[in-house]
Amino acid sequence: MSNKPVGMEVSVALSETIMHCDVDVIAAYPITPQTHIVEHLADLFADGEMDAEYIPVESEHSALSACMGSAAAGARTFTATAAQGLEYMHETLFIASAMRMPIVMAIANRALSAPISVWGDHSDVMAARDTGWISIFAENGQETVDLAIMSFRIAEDHKVLLPVFLNLDGFHLSHMIEPVLIPSREEVKAFLPEHIYPAPLHPSKPVAMGECAGPNIYTEAKKQQWEVLEKSIDIIRQVFADFGKQFGREYHLVEEYKVEGAKTLLLTMGSYSETAMTCVDKMRAQGKKVGLIRLRCFRPFPFDDLRKVVKNADTLIVLDRSLVMGGPGGPVMSEVRSALFGRKGMPKVSGIVGGLGGRDITVEDFEKIYDLGEKLANDQSREFAMYGVKE
Amino acid sequence: MEKMTNNMQNYNVFVPRIVDNDEPYSSGHRGCVGCGEVLAMRLVAKAIGRNAVVCASTGCMEIISSQFPYNSWKIPWIHTLFENSAAVASGIEAAYKVMARKGKIPSADISVVAMGGDGGTFDIGLQALSGALERGHDFLYVCYDNEAYMNTGVQRSSATPFGASTSTSPAGKRRSGQHAWKKNMPSIAAAHNIPYVATACPSYPYDLMEKVKKGLAVKGPAYIQIYSSCPTGWKCDSADAVKVGRLAVETGAYPMYEIVNGQVNITIPTPEFRPLKEYLEIQRRFRHLTEEDIAVIEERLHKEYRELEEKSKCQNK
Repeated sequence: MSNKPVGMEVSVALSETIMHCDVDVIAAYPITPQTHIVEHLADLFADGEMDAEYIPVESEHSALSACMGSAAAGARTFTATAAQGLEYMHETLFIASAMRMPIVMAIANRALSAPISVWGDHSDVMAARDTGWISIFAENGQETVDLAIMSFRIAEDHKVLLPVFLNLDGFHLSHMIEPVLIPSREEVKAFLPEHIYPAPLHPSKPVAMGECAGPNIYTEAKKQQWEVLEKSIDIIRQVFADFGKQFGREYHLVEEYKVEGAKTLLLTMGSYSETAMTCVDKMRAQGKKVGLIRLRCFRPFPFDDLRKVVKNADTLIVLDRSLVMGGPGGPVMSEVRSALFGRKGMPKVSGIVGGLGGRDITVEDFEKIYDLGEKLANDQSREFAMYGVKE
Repeated sequence: MEKMTNNMQNYNVFVPRIVDNDEPYSSGHRGCVGCGEVLAMRLVAKAIGRNAVVCASTGCMEIISSQFPYNSWKIPWIHTLFENSAAVASGIEAAYKVMARKGKIPSADISVVAMGGDGGTFDIGLQALSGALERGHDFLYVCYDNEAYMNTGVQRSSATPFGASTSTSPAGKRRSGQHAWKKNMPSIAAAHNIPYVATACPSYPYDLMEKVKKGLAVKGPAYIQIYSSCPTGWKCDSADAVKVGRLAVETGAYPMYEIVNGQVNITIPTPEFRPLKEYLEIQRRFRHLTEEDIAVIEERLHKEYRELEEKSKCQNK
């Protein structure tokens, strides 16, 4: 690896990284804004730079179905999608996780129809949040590259064997040109061991996968799955630590930014966090006691890590980039409130929904969000607020 | 009678020589008494042998063979969903190819066989099947056609024959059963320009096994649609699984043919048809049909058979 970052579109950087991970099978169907990822992978395949099988399937449903076949056969498997594509594969998502298939899927997060919008928000992955997948968010190009490598290591760990969503914001991240360092094949190999699936489909040792379970065993099967996902948090933490040791870039389940002494914290996920950091710098310079929490890992939800980080603040404002219809506002806020509820010394939680369908949130907007969130913390008349709505 | 006994004795001599004793699909499954479909599946399993992996769609054959912690398959078997077995099979085939190339498994020479019922093939799985056939994966797709959604309680599918009464195309005062003609699925499969397409029936076991072997031998996708009688759904005698299949072929209701690289061959020719009534009257799903209804159906089936015959003759000139 050269120590000099190269300017590159994030989708292209991700594809190059996937190649360096020595992926065996890619099955994907194009959807904006994921297209540049699968197009570049197709280029690498066509040029013979990547020894893999590329299955250009006829739908997202078949994309993940083919990935399940590939993963069951023991191959390292990757796919990518967004928005309607993720929803079209919805029923397959549950099966990939319950059948313990270590597939890595990049999601170029995008709003859900209707109205149709190709622009970014987190509606797609939030609609798939309870499907049993590990869900990790990248904020910039370098994180996308690093987390892609770590995703395989997490997914394929024999104590985990679960699929992983690697979330990168559609357009705001997927289509940006950013300076990135892509670890070489050798460096990746040193970090990511060869994938050995414990019981693959092979005639030499027949196994049956996907049996019917009656009421006598279904509950036990689901409990076991829940436990594996919950315990995967330790492996994720360990993989982040190992990555830091080898590559010198630190990752945490819950990332902190100027949390010390902060009375008001804002929690974000994904690429908007970088703008929020700029806002924190500005507000701190004005003497305001604000800080930022960036939730790296949404599933499994890092309850303890979050509580530790926020316990000294008065107010925790959660910015959601998706809206739970008929519910308490945003899905992340709902989760955070549940993590803190009824525990002593925890901050009040304000929920703000914004940045839907690609709507920008600028540094100035974040300042207003801090103000709005503080007001909302003492306002019992509403569950949440939507930021920046044209009335 | 004496002649028949002699024939049976000959069977005892010849059958073990032409059919492997091995049973990759074992008995003790939960199929209905007299199920023609599981008979077909057992023959398919014998023909594919042990160097294979089976990819099942949700349906009768999946349910009866995989009640945890039991499983009737002695070869690797996977089930994920109803409509996607062709897509799952394409992932398995691709995985074997690349893993063999990278030295992670000794060889990619493993038969990948996807299986589904008519609902999982003609209806909800058509898109995934079309995609897998079009992409040219080296796999065999077997459709067990019992002409309705039997696993969920005999609802009509696009494979249900005209006039058949099902729970969602019931014969009532105003309608007399299924009002659409059966979808021509083998033609749809053949339209993907795949090397091998066939129909088969467990009443002709050697023909069936031969076709499965041919389907596996070709490079690229193969599609075999197997007539599979269902005493529960068709309301026929559970002792008649073989008889009803013979009658389906002999009356022209379900012709046996293959399409090899686009060329049609009728494998069990029917120069003289038996009256269709003989086939229909042993199944109560057809009992509401009038003589006129039967005449209309018979005319259509004969016409379709003649067209098939014509294609076969033209191409074999």
